[in-house]
Formats: sequence, C-alpha cells, structure tokens
Amino acid sequence: MSVKYTEDHEWISVDGDIATVGITGFALEQLGDLVFVEVPEPGRAVNKGDEAAVVESVKAASEVYTPVSGEVTDGNGAIADDPATVTGDPGGSGWFFKVKMSDAGELDELMDEGAYKAFVDGLD
Amino acid sequence: MTDQSTGALLTTPLDSLHRDLGAKMVPFAGYDMPVQYPAGILKEHLHTRSGASLFDVSHMGQAFLMGDEAIEAFETLVPGDYQIMAEGKTRYTVLTNDQGGILDDLMATRIAGGLYLVVNAACKDQDFAHIEAGTKGRADLQILTDRALVALQGPRAGEVLARLAPQTQEMKFMTFREVEIAGIKCFVTRSGYTGEDGFEISVPSAQAQDFAKILLEAPEVELAGLGARDSLRLEAGLCLYGHDITQETTPIEADLKWVVNKRRRAEGGFPGAGVILDQLENGTERLRVGILPEGRAPAREGTQVQDTDGNTIGEITSGGFGPSVGGPVAMGYVQIAFSEPGTAVNLIVRGKALAAKVVKMPFTDKSYKT
Repeated sequence: MSVKYTEDHEWISVDGDIATVGITGFALEQLGDLVFVEVPEPGRAVNKGDEAAVVESVKAASEVYTPVSGEVTDGNGAIADDPATVTGDPGGSGWFFKVKMSDAGELDELMDEGAYKAFVDGLD
Repeated sequence: MTDQSTGALLTTPLDSLHRDLGAKMVPFAGYDMPVQYPAGILKEHLHTRSGASLFDVSHMGQAFLMGDEAIEAFETLVPGDYQIMAEGKTRYTVLTNDQGGILDDLMATRIAGGLYLVVNAACKDQDFAHIEAGTKGRADLQILTDRALVALQGPRAGEVLARLAPQTQEMKFMTFREVEIAGIKCFVTRSGYTGEDGFEISVPSAQAQDFAKILLEAPEVELAGLGARDSLRLEAGLCLYGHDITQETTPIEADLKWVVNKRRRAEGGFPGAGVILDQLENGTERLRVGILPEGRAPAREGTQVQDTDGNTIGEITSGGFGPSVGGPVAMGYVQIAFSEPGTAVNLIVRGKALAAKVVKMPFTDKSYKT
C-alpha cells in the first residue's frame, strides 16, 4: 500500500481501487485546533481537484480537495462528530473520506513521501 | 497593503519575546504580530476565561490630547459626554463622519489637563490626523510613539496585578491610574476587549520586555495572541472595526446607541449628529445582532443571512467558533423586522441554508469589576 501526497497537503493511501484521503500533519499544524469537519456522503461522484471535505479551525475555513476522481464510498463520521480527534492521528484514524478510483493513472501525478518532505521543507 | 515578503512590517517592543516563546507571527495592520503561541488559540481563549492572559497590543495607537479646551474640542468629533466625567474615568466612544458612519472606535480617559486616547492600529494614522485637524488651535495632540501597550485579561488578572501594585485592587472597570510597578511607570486602565475583567497597561517601550516578563512570572498568567483576542471579543459581542463597524455603519445601526450620551442627544454638535439623532428618534432599517447557528458549522464574515422564505435579509460581519460557547457564534446586520431575539433565520454556508437564530449578546457572561 503506497501513500502519496498533494501540494495542498492531502495524503492518499491506496488499497486496490479504493483510495483513502486525509490531511497531513503539516496541514494540521498550519490550521491549528480543528473545530469543525464536514466529510462527503457515500455515493457522491467527485473529480480530481474537487472540494470534497471542509476543515475549520478557530480562525478560518479550508477545503480538502480530492486528489483522484471516482465515487465516494465512505466519509469518516467519527471526525465530523469530534474534530479534535484528527489531531491525534491525522495519518491514520483521522482519515477524511474514501474514493473508489475511476482512473488510477491520476496517482502518478502525486508526490511520494520524499518529494512531499522536500516540498514542505521548501515552504519555510 | 503591507506585504510580509517586502520586510516592511513594523515590530512591537515585545517582538523578540514573542519569537523566543514560539509565537506564530502574522502581518496585521502593518505590524508583525503574534496570532498564537504554542498552546494554540483554543487553549489561549479558555485560559483567558479562567485565569489571566497577557496580550501584546502595542500596535494600537496611544496619544494625549492636552489643553484647557481639549475636552470640548474632542467632543466635536465624538458623541460621548466627556465633560461630565471625573478625572481617571475611561469611556468607549466612536469617531463619526458627516454621514454618521464610524471612522474608528476608541477608548478615551480623562487625565489631568486633557485626555489619554487609545485607538485601533489599522486606523491610527488617519485617526490622529483627524483628531489633530479637528482640535487645531484648541488642543495639542501628542502621539506616544515610545510606549508599548499590553492587556492582562481574565478573572485572575486583578489578583495578579494587585500583588505587584496593591493600589490597583480597588480600581473599578473603566478607570485609570498612573502606577509604578518594579520601577516602571505604567498607565493602567481597568478595561479590555475580551469580556473579562482585566487591565490595559501602557509602559515605556524600553521597559516593555522587563514588564512582560514580570507578569509572565505569575503562575496564573499565560500568553495569548490575536487569534484568541478575536474569538474572545466575538463571544463578548464586541465590535471589530473594519468588520462589524465601518464608515458605512452608524452607532445606532451597530446597536451602540449608548455611546451617544444624554447631553449629546440633546445638544448634538458631533459629525453626523443629524443622521444619528434622527435614527435614535425614528429607528433604523437594519441592526447589528448576535446570530447563533443551530448546527456545528461556523458562518464566517460575508455569509448571507436569509429569512426562512429564502429572502436575503442581511450579512454576517464576524463569525467563527466560540471556544467557551463550544460551538459557532456570529454577529451581523439584519433588516430591523428580523432583529428580535428568537427570530429564526438561515445562513448560506457553502451553498446550503443552515438554521440559526437571532440572539442577545454577549454569548458568554461578562465579568467586569463594577
């Protein structure tokens, strides 16, 4: 199972044709304490780059974009119920939504862990 | 606008202290300011409501307006009655324009020989030019460029400052004293903008770091940044200039009619008095109100407010998450017919109509020392 990253600080973990999407620890650090999370409903069709979820900190609202096209199969209700739980495990139990991919080729455009780390280092 | 990348930002006398203590700095009103410290906005906010927090507000403008006619001259610019006030009393007021709009909100304190003014950072150059021009020949404006300003806010602020300066213990809310703390000459006003008891303390810039460190040594005191300051004032129902009050809003529309004091209602004599006194008499078409979303999604500034039939009736001017409320809170302007507390409205957030209702502010109880 490989994990890829976007320049908008989403991570995407792929298992077969199902991709799980979340936000990175770096994104979380930038946002601060999360106070509201909205995740997509199963069955929603999404195109790569669409706004699929919303995260809000005390200060501001941000969108979570889907890095791949397909159909949403699941949204993480647990983080919508308690946004603070994302903080403990953004790369694991703090996942946002799952997408059944329609074009696995879209993954090729994303960064691997090393490239993402270099990208983040370049932002400071 | 000031751009962080140009390096043109001003810094406050506490700049290095913020950086040493891990603040996240952001550009605000031309200054590089701490938006939060490592604790984060939520904890800083909640600590201010239970302990005492130290805020750097040195970006705000401070000045003396001095002279025998300073009070009368100042009154030509604001709707407040300052003649009636005793020395050492502080009053919140607004500078108005000829249309009755608000140029800025400010604190003015009567001191021996004149007034001590504290104005918003983003407006200070215009404010001081306006006050200087408006009082020319009658009063002397002395802008204090060599003083820092810190706010110590929270239910335990009183006991913290009383340990350092016992004479502050008996100070009532909205009063002023000159106090020496650890050899530092301070202007202490028992006031603030968080909805909590507390003080705003002006100290010479050269001693600001020493002073801040003395306060931070108190076990009750933690640092808090502009992020918490914003969520605290929003929960307290207090206006943020440039957002909830502007040149396009009058004090009456902004539900600040109490800033037009009794004698001034009778006499007028301030910019826009015709409009403002007419609105006091006959009402306004819109009013600033508190708005409580029923769900969990915050409604931010600019969010459209609709009636339950889908007609646009107003707009949110400040909105976000209230950490002490534990949910979203907002304020904004609605048509007068929808301004009664309890009125059901919808907020259009990301294209969806979210249920909300008009409520009385503040969203949290104030705890001023009266």
